[in-house]
Amino acid sequence: MLKRKELRQESVNRRIVWEKPFFLGVLIVVEKPLLIVNNIEVTYEHVIKVLKAVSLVVPEGGMVALLGANGAGKSTTLKAISNLLKAERGEVTKGTIEFDGMRIDLMDPAKVVKRGVIQIMEDRRLFEHLTVERDLLTGAYTRRREKAAVKQDLEMVYHYFPGLRGRRNTKTGYISGGEKQMVAIGRALMARPKLMLLDEPSVGLAPLLVREIFDIVGTLNREQKVTILLAEQNVAMALQIAGYGFVMENGRVVLDGDSQTLKDNEDIKEFYLGLTDIGKKSYRDVKRYKRRKRWVA
Amino acid sequence: MLFFLEVILSGLLAGVMYSLVAIGFVLILKASGVFNFAQGAMVLFAALTFVCLLEKAIPFWAAFFITLAVMIVLAVAIERIVLRPLVAKPPIILFMATIGLAFFLEGLGQGIWGADVHGLNIGIPDDPFEWLMNKGILISQFDLVAAFIAAILVTVLVLFFHKTATGTALMAVSDDPEAAQSVGISLRWIWVITWSISGFVALVAGIMWGTRLGVQYSLSLIVLKALPVLILGGFESIAGAIIAGLIIGASEKLADVYIGPYVGGGLENFFPYFLAMVFLCFRPYGLFGREAIERV
Ligand SMILES: Nc1ncnc2c1ncn2[C@@H]1O[C@H](COP(=O)(O)OP(=O)(O)OP(=O)(O)O)[C@@H](O)[C@H]1O
Ligand SMILES: [Mg+2]
Repeated sequence: MLKRKELRQESVNRRIVWEKPFFLGVLIVVEKPLLIVNNIEVTYEHVIKVLKAVSLVVPEGGMVALLGANGAGKSTTLKAISNLLKAERGEVTKGTIEFDGMRIDLMDPAKVVKRGVIQIMEDRRLFEHLTVERDLLTGAYTRRREKAAVKQDLEMVYHYFPGLRGRRNTKTGYISGGEKQMVAIGRALMARPKLMLLDEPSVGLAPLLVREIFDIVGTLNREQKVTILLAEQNVAMALQIAGYGFVMENGRVVLDGDSQTLKDNEDIKEFYLGLTDIGKKSYRDVKRYKRRKRWVA
Repeated sequence: MLFFLEVILSGLLAGVMYSLVAIGFVLILKASGVFNFAQGAMVLFAALTFVCLLEKAIPFWAAFFITLAVMIVLAVAIERIVLRPLVAKPPIILFMATIGLAFFLEGLGQGIWGADVHGLNIGIPDDPFEWLMNKGILISQFDLVAAFIAAILVTVLVLFFHKTATGTALMAVSDDPEAAQSVGISLRWIWVITWSISGFVALVAGIMWGTRLGVQYSLSLIVLKALPVLILGGFESIAGAIIAGLIIGASEKLADVYIGPYVGGGLENFFPYFLAMVFLCFRPYGLFGREAIERV
């Protein structure tokens, strides 16, 4: 049975397809989208065009998945939102990004964090010579004047990740992969964000651990009211917790819909979930079909 | 025995002065990932500015803080003009930029203040410390004061790194600049801070060394003394810079006194490099250098 909150989330997520006229209802005015990525194009090194006209919308309080295979452009999209592309010689060359009613695509990355958008980068990216606790505290850097609140939030992080308490004085270079992902999420939480951009938290973790991490992410979404945009290759897992999903291929969004619709979609079943009703196809067929689809896209 | 003690002590004290210069390098390397070729020029520039202000009859502390302000302005300018446009460029390009910076600073300093040799006297005599002299050990008072000041400086730096949010942010930047940015740490601000601190350390080192050697162009060559210290201590460790400075100071004096006579002397200038080379063979990342942490 769906709880009321989940029901509400479902309806919020459904409404985010606001550009489709038949969904335009009265409620859209009430629940405005938190993040609007509008037709962005991203170029690396001035010549390598990686994203082509990517648009997505994330509603306040929602949990949205950004799905796609290796190299589809998920990380690039998230970095564009956080304005972290400069360090990799990348650039948003077209389009706009709006967060909470304000354009953030030309904003300094530190300001973006201050406004409430934080990214948990692929591969955890911890500061390996800092202890777990000090690493967590770097997340509160933008709020370093609010000492008491930061202390409380540290307790909150240990509440959600009790396993980290015992590791607080260990250098993050020496903790396990699962613990690293927990520190990465906890560190982001220390910034008290409105929107968390989570880049492939499941990578390199055992299925049981992935489940645990995803559960906590879901809990944070509900209890701390953190809106979440989750980039994942693990489509099955992601569609279990997210209410809505965008599918990327080759630098474009090729499909979007609420989780159930996506789960029922034949292409998704075939290429991402590994299920198929259309009878058996050889791996080569699938590969060819995928390639063709890429070229067409 | 007393003589042996005297050699070691004076060596250790000289080593502290090497550490002082080496720390300036370490700070910048940690924060901007670049070996700052201009560190020596910064020492010269700071000392020159300071001594010329003194000669204009400006009181000691006023001159000190004015020079400090100049070094901070310099840090802001370096961030704006050199570091910001070169972000995400390979380290070698940044290194080349610091070579340019070195020439620019040497030119600027001598352009404004002239190329004369200035004597610097900060009122601490370079005479033997009496209490020790009565015990039969000749140690300069100035060396003792210099070591004391260096010790305070280092303590303050270590506290700053480990107890403040900005210090933690700086350590984060040295581990992973991009991840640091992702949590809202502004690289520009961290660069300004570290170059300012490094300018401050350069000023202190410049005053100490300037008092010793006179303030002149060759002051910028004290970086040659810092190089073996860096190799020995590891380029990214403040503790390493201090301990390596002490080791180099003591060992070069010992080598000079006890081995020197057999090889015709002059060992003091050569021994640190020999030691550094031996170390490169056995511990290429230095005594306290940061081995990349790898879990197996
Ligand atoms: N710094 C860079 N310079 C040039 N090309 C890049 C750079 N970073 C990524 N790319 C290219 O951009 C494309 C998208 O990469 P991106 O990392 O966004 O994919 P992804 O969906 O996150 O993939 P993965 O699931 O493997 O993380 C890839 O083809 C990649 O080769
Ligand atoms: Mg990625």
